[in-house]
Amino acid sequence: MSTNAATLDRPSDQAPGARKPILELRNVSISYFVRAGELKVVPDISLTLYEGEALGLVGESGCGKSTVAFAIMKYLGGAGRLTGGQILFEGRDMTKMSDEELRKIRGGRMAMVYQDPMSSLNPVIPIGKQLMEVPIIHSGVGTAEAEKRAVQMLREVNLPDPESMMTRYPHQLSGGQQQRVVIAMALMAEPSLLVMDEPTTGLDVTVEAAVLDLVAQLRKKHNSAIVFISHNLGTVVRICDRIGVMYAGELVEEGPIGEVFRDPRHPYTRGLLNCIPTLNADKRSRPLSAIPGQVPPILNRPKGCIFAPRCPDAAGERCTAAAIPTTIYGESGHHRVKCVRVRELAKHARPETGVVADGEAAVTHEDLLTLVGLKKTYRQSIGMFGGEGYDVHAVDDIDLAARQSETLAIVGESGCGKSTLAKVLTGIELATGGQVLLAGKEIGRTAIENRDSATKRAVQMVFQNPDSTLNPSHSVGYVMERALAKLTGVGGRKAKDAVLNLLKTVNLPLEFANRMPRQLSGGQKQRVAIARALAGEPDLILADEPVSALDVSVQAAIINLLVDIQKKRGSTLLFISHDLSVVRYLADHVAVMYLGQVMEFGNVTDVFAPPYHPYTEALMSAVPIADPDVKQRRIILEGNIPSPQNRPAGCPFATRCPRKVGAICDDTPPPVQISDAGHRIACHIPIAELATATQVVF
Amino acid sequence: MLAFLFKRIALLAFTMLAVSLLVFLAFEFTPGQVARKVLGPFATQDQVDRLTEELGLNRPVIERYFDWLTNTLQGDLGFSTLYKQPVNDIIWDRLGNTLLLAGVAFAVIVPLSIILGIAAGMKEGSILDRSISVSSIVTTSVPEFASGVFLATIFVIWLGILPGTAPLDAGAGWPIWQQLILPVMVMVLYDLGYVVRMVRASMVEVMTRPYIRTAILKGLSFRDVILKHALRNAMIAPFTVILLQINYLITGVVVVEAVFAYPGFGRMLLEAALSQDVATVEAAALFAVFVSVSTQIAGDLGYMMLNPRIRFS
Amino acid sequence: MSNDGVIALAWNRIRLLKESPVGMVGAFLVLFWIFVAIFAPLIAPYDPNANNMDALIDPTPSAVNWLGADNSGRDILSRIIWGSRTVLIVAPIAVICAYIIGCLLGLMAGYYRGWVDQVINRIADILLSFPAIVLYIIVIMKLGPSAINVIMAVIFVATPQITRIVRGMTLELRERDYVAAAKMRGETALYIMLVEILPNARGPLIVDACLRLGYTTIAIGVLGFLGLGLPPPDPDWGGMVKETYAMMTIYPHMSLFPAAAITSLVVGFSLLADGMREISLRD
Repeated sequence: MSTNAATLDRPSDQAPGARKPILELRNVSISYFVRAGELKVVPDISLTLYEGEALGLVGESGCGKSTVAFAIMKYLGGAGRLTGGQILFEGRDMTKMSDEELRKIRGGRMAMVYQDPMSSLNPVIPIGKQLMEVPIIHSGVGTAEAEKRAVQMLREVNLPDPESMMTRYPHQLSGGQQQRVVIAMALMAEPSLLVMDEPTTGLDVTVEAAVLDLVAQLRKKHNSAIVFISHNLGTVVRICDRIGVMYAGELVEEGPIGEVFRDPRHPYTRGLLNCIPTLNADKRSRPLSAIPGQVPPILNRPKGCIFAPRCPDAAGERCTAAAIPTTIYGESGHHRVKCVRVRELAKHARPETGVVADGEAAVTHEDLLTLVGLKKTYRQSIGMFGGEGYDVHAVDDIDLAARQSETLAIVGESGCGKSTLAKVLTGIELATGGQVLLAGKEIGRTAIENRDSATKRAVQMVFQNPDSTLNPSHSVGYVMERALAKLTGVGGRKAKDAVLNLLKTVNLPLEFANRMPRQLSGGQKQRVAIARALAGEPDLILADEPVSALDVSVQAAIINLLVDIQKKRGSTLLFISHDLSVVRYLADHVAVMYLGQVMEFGNVTDVFAPPYHPYTEALMSAVPIADPDVKQRRIILEGNIPSPQNRPAGCPFATRCPRKVGAICDDTPPPVQISDAGHRIACHIPIAELATATQVVF
Repeated sequence: MLAFLFKRIALLAFTMLAVSLLVFLAFEFTPGQVARKVLGPFATQDQVDRLTEELGLNRPVIERYFDWLTNTLQGDLGFSTLYKQPVNDIIWDRLGNTLLLAGVAFAVIVPLSIILGIAAGMKEGSILDRSISVSSIVTTSVPEFASGVFLATIFVIWLGILPGTAPLDAGAGWPIWQQLILPVMVMVLYDLGYVVRMVRASMVEVMTRPYIRTAILKGLSFRDVILKHALRNAMIAPFTVILLQINYLITGVVVVEAVFAYPGFGRMLLEAALSQDVATVEAAALFAVFVSVSTQIAGDLGYMMLNPRIRFS
Repeated sequence: MSNDGVIALAWNRIRLLKESPVGMVGAFLVLFWIFVAIFAPLIAPYDPNANNMDALIDPTPSAVNWLGADNSGRDILSRIIWGSRTVLIVAPIAVICAYIIGCLLGLMAGYYRGWVDQVINRIADILLSFPAIVLYIIVIMKLGPSAINVIMAVIFVATPQITRIVRGMTLELRERDYVAAAKMRGETALYIMLVEILPNARGPLIVDACLRLGYTTIAIGVLGFLGLGLPPPDPDWGGMVKETYAMMTIYPHMSLFPAAAITSLVVGFSLLADGMREISLRD
């Protein structure tokens, strides 16, 4: 358990100039040629990466960061082309290389780790064979030697039983294991440059932490330079020495991690930092500040500074007249900023951290929703006639309550049963045991089709995926009119007015009533979905990961909207999320779930302070924090989340728990210990002993 | 795997049973008609009734169905009113001839369609792709009897190098292998395009997959990317389609055999149908369904073998 | 309702077709035959069933019979023109009927799942296990050759295939969140199937319908050629080939022209379908 990632040695915080450059991008421009014409995705980018150094490229979706990553590999697919500039790799210009030369470099001197490891591995070839290809092509070794190296490499990435791993197929591995295989494959030929494109996106947070740790560790050993692409500033802080912030195809700020985070000079970087919820702030201490507006479309980018239309510090003509030069800022001489006001802006005031103590509202509300011993068990049939099979306890004996006008957050990793729980509450799935009481009325065994109209009106949901939440064939106005008609019986002229009101409530322009979903951005779709859920003035709003598919700046705006609506309407919000920072920000009460059970439940301040359940503690330590000065205890969980059918008989967390007491954890379900304040922890370790733990984040 | 096979075979038995019942009911539900068909339009009603009685056709349908089923299962396929002999005595020769025709066609279609499909699909939108795609659309759109007419015009009338009929009779002045060329060509033309498009679609899809990108960025040559990484994945989906072609070949066979007067199973079925020869049609229909269902099972099994995701789960 | 959206989308599709040369060729061929079928009485030089004894002396193409005459002295051009009516009435009716039944069954199987799905799927399985020709032969043999029975036969063959396609898409679409949202506001199952699910399956279905029109044209031709189609003397392209095929070696034109006619129409449908598929991949 090492403490604090942020003070790891960062060699290049000192002088990078003394070292040899591995990769240089000189005024590279990249375009995609589509039917609409040429899309200048990245108009002009320059950067240098030195031996053994790690550069993080961050930005929101569509900012061109992945395009840069693939351009470095000189692989842009059919429509993409390098339209100018040079890419120097180890001093040689890749733009002038033949296919033959490129083939020697790719996979050999330069290798890549991809987002979504499952689809990056060939499904019909055993892992061993896929790994062995690399030394066979690049080092010209025979099969026996290649096999030896592959096993060795699998061991190095901490995969259990490397020999048997060699014969397995990708689908037989968990997501984290697959990504380790991809990393192993990339390192097989000891490349001098490793390009990592969102390598941990889509992995659970504890798995992500373990993979990031592995990368940091292997980096030291192999001394490869790394270009690390991510939308998550926190992961960049964990891995990289330098950070480059991209916006709409341009590198707007770049420099050593410490300098950029402590003194961000570009307004976009500042905006980005302001809209990320952190583990130590909640809705009472500060609002999240979203960046207003949207990224300009590629075909219609403003002259001058591309960020000017959204910039709070824009200074008229100066920003919009001509292209903005890159200025070198600060003593190190390595902090580059693309802003004309770089020297004028005041030092960035970082958002207040810390919690307002008297946050608890004076009024204690009644419980609106109560879950008593709730169970949802699926029968998984195997064999031919469905006779045999096993039970999957997706939700197993849950007791929870959500109070009127408050937010109950359910947090946990994939497979913990949080989405199943939501489905049972909506009536799309039926409970197989226990009760769901809505204002005292049992609804857990009534399918959605059979619920009375009052219950339908009372419970509404906001879904996770903005692309599937709206029917692509129906206009925004139609969707809302239909919801109003069905839930409130309002029709005709009145309904039209009500639609406009709803649009106003979710801060959308009124003309959106005529838009089709494909004309909307992800954030706008989520707003429409929220408006639709609000149509019947529901008492309980279920929100299943409503912001997880959105960019951080958009996410902040949606979170603020939810907080706002709740404040005005007094509805209860059940917020399901895997993101502890968001939960920390938004929730009044928090339930932490693992394999269908609630491990810890309490009000938000209690859950985020000792005593912790060991799982909560591990989760908090795994969250990547976008601040090099925040210290975090590091607990790395070994192994994978067990599959629901072979869940341990005792504590579900026993197989991975770093604080496991002994056999009792495997055999006996843990007792639920309740403090006076109603803080519940299900663990064999006495609550008093758990209370001696120190803060995870400090 | 074994359980799967067992399940599929049980399903095959069920389907065959249902099909046999359907076929039986379609033809023999009304007893008077059977006797009438046998005796022809000029028989008196009295004669019809007597034959109905004699054949036991006035018994309940279910009873007659089980009798018929038992006979069929024991290899007694009934008496052909058209050929005036037991169905058993004609059907096997005809099947043998058809197997020859369909077999040769299949042997040409499979490798050719894989090669063309892969070549077209490996670079989507290339000139090679466009030309292969458009030509396969066109060839599958020509009905067999029309392509029979076109090819006969060219090779029989104009060039005079092939015979226009294929009675499989060496006495006709043409060796058997030359008689086979036109029928096989017609079947290949019609069927090839469809399979090519399936293989191409699958290949195009595979080529957009991230694991192909992984293979390229590993430093593999294009040839190795195609042969080692794309090919096997691209063959998984079309495998079942290729086996389903056997089903289509049965349809093709009927038309092609009619065009070229080929003495096969298809022509027998058609002739029997045109002259209301119930026993022959029943036997032929059951046989055709049996072939088609068994190929489906073979297709499913092959799919499992090719796809480790199913094999190891 | 979102009809405006559907119409706008359909119009958009037609406009986009301009960008697919292959699709344009297909559209041209299909429109050509539709035009011919509509104006058959005006275009056809002769009564399609009139026997011209003079033409029997030399039936090859001439100034009188542009495409020649057949073995009964009937004008081939007129018969081809009138024959297009048969195909372009029978094929669309059959395909539309098969679509109505197939969509309903497929939606029900995919939406309700469970025993409804089991029953529909089994029936589809059984019908699909017949090679198409066997089913055609049984239906026609049982019901006798006529336009209505050809339609029936096509429905028997096409419906289970359409059911399968729609079922597959429904299984996928029913899991979309907007379906859950519709359930949560209390929509009926019928509304969800027809208004929430079906419109989003239209893309592949339009392409399939177009291809299917082509295959149905082939089927009608084949049935005619095998003597299982329309009873004579009304002109149908397959039947025309059948009647004259025996004289192929002497008068190839008698079979060639109707064969070319049916081929051009089917190629038209197929190319049109390909063009539609191509543009549907773009949006």
